[in-house]
Amino acid sequence: MAIKGVSLSVAKGRIITLIGANGAGKSTILSAVSGLLKSWEGEIEFEGTSLKGLDPPSVVKLGISLVPEGRLIFPPLTVMDNLKLGAYTLYRKNEGATAAETLEHVITLFPILSERAKQPAGTLSGGEQQMLAIGRALMAKPRLLLLDEPSMGLAPQIVEKIFQTLIFLRDEGYTILLVEQNARAALQMADRGYVFETGSVVLQGETSELLEDQDVKRAFLGKDYGDFYEERQ
Amino acid sequence: MQEILQYIFSGITSGAIYAVIAVGFSMLYNSTELINFAHGEFVMLGALSFITLSGPFQLPLLSAFFLSVAGVACIGMLFERLAIRTVREPNPIVLIIITVGASIFLRGVGMLVWGKDAHTMPPFSKHPPLDIEGAKLLAQSIWIVAIMFLMAAGLHLFYKKTLTGKAMQACAISQKAAWLAGIPSKFMILLAFGLSTGMGAVAGVIISPITMCGYDMGTMLGLKGFCAAMLGGLGSLWGSLIGGLLLGILEALGVGLISSGLKDATAFLLLLFILYVRPSGIISSVNVERF
Repeated sequence: MAIKGVSLSVAKGRIITLIGANGAGKSTILSAVSGLLKSWEGEIEFEGTSLKGLDPPSVVKLGISLVPEGRLIFPPLTVMDNLKLGAYTLYRKNEGATAAETLEHVITLFPILSERAKQPAGTLSGGEQQMLAIGRALMAKPRLLLLDEPSMGLAPQIVEKIFQTLIFLRDEGYTILLVEQNARAALQMADRGYVFETGSVVLQGETSELLEDQDVKRAFLGKDYGDFYEERQ
Repeated sequence: MQEILQYIFSGITSGAIYAVIAVGFSMLYNSTELINFAHGEFVMLGALSFITLSGPFQLPLLSAFFLSVAGVACIGMLFERLAIRTVREPNPIVLIIITVGASIFLRGVGMLVWGKDAHTMPPFSKHPPLDIEGAKLLAQSIWIVAIMFLMAAGLHLFYKKTLTGKAMQACAISQKAAWLAGIPSKFMILLAFGLSTGMGAVAGVIISPITMCGYDMGTMLGLKGFCAAMLGGLGSLWGSLIGGLLLGILEALGVGLISSGLKDATAFLLLLFILYVRPSGIISSVNVERF
């Protein structure tokens, strides 16, 4: 069992981040919420509805979309097809008009995707693929967006751009749960953070407090031991 | 010259049928990475139910065609629902053995329902054969080739233009990613089984006027279709068509010019040859886009 005794809540319209080392159980939480994890014990609720026993498509229908680790776009299909498939549930509910509006919105967020609309998604750069993955998740019109390591393997400027987009999305009313190894960047952007260690939450709080916390600094923010020692004085 | 032309005509006719069967194999492989060795039995079910519906039941050809194809597609989906989806550990070998078992089962059902005698029916239309350079081209051959092209075009449009077709491709690329995008991948697999077995039934229907149809016709046709799919490149629509036609023509030429004993051997010699020389097939679906 990767996680045990974890309790966390995500308030509407905020960015919550889960940080911690590899294998601390952060991604397992996202797998459980998104329905990928088949059986888990405990209770997960979204807007008062239990997520127990739901498969991923049902979770998407409820309004939760996951941008998975490694992006998992459909490389041979065009960028536009990737986006449209993100709105599969909308089209099946005969909400094609909503899907078209959402597409407009995604394209204003990431204009590069409309320039590359007809290209196979596999030909995009890493950053563009991440934008496509976020765009595809947004196409389902989620109210809660889950992101698993969106900064992985990307250049710092691109990470900054993607994080700015997330802040913009929060200001538009989206609720975001972000799992990151890039703890500093994540804490600077998010409103609230949870620190994971070997399957449980060891620290939680507003990100401003966490950024100042000695243990967090030492373990995750890459402070040189000298700086750390001086600050303790 | 006239003789060669005649061989080529009959080769294209049987090749078109292999092509339709191969497309069924290919598209199922594409969506599920599964080789359905019961595919030939669905060809048999299509042929025999079409003969029954249009003969004893006196339905018009068109309604008999659609009814038998739809019926077989339903059986195909039932097969997926009952025998494939319920497997606890779906690893490829287990699933393939299940399809082999299903093939034996369906052959048994075919024998119980239609008996051991061979059945046949008149051609779709009564036009006299065309005379081209002294070689005879049967009207049924034109029907068969036309239906093959119609089906290929329909399938191409389905994959390129419809959301369901794209969702099916998405499931084939990554089931997890498709799931997370909200695509019900189990339903897509069910649909792929329906489409693939329905296509098998189409092959059975179009072949029924030119061959003797019995409960045991499916095995050889299924294997030939499989050879054609491998030849063209498993997973590729156009590859399957090319593979089917090539197999048909080479088979007919082998029978005509060398020996009639070579008929069934041609397919398997070709299969061995392609596996040695170019295992991914003429159009390899690994490099070329999947359809």
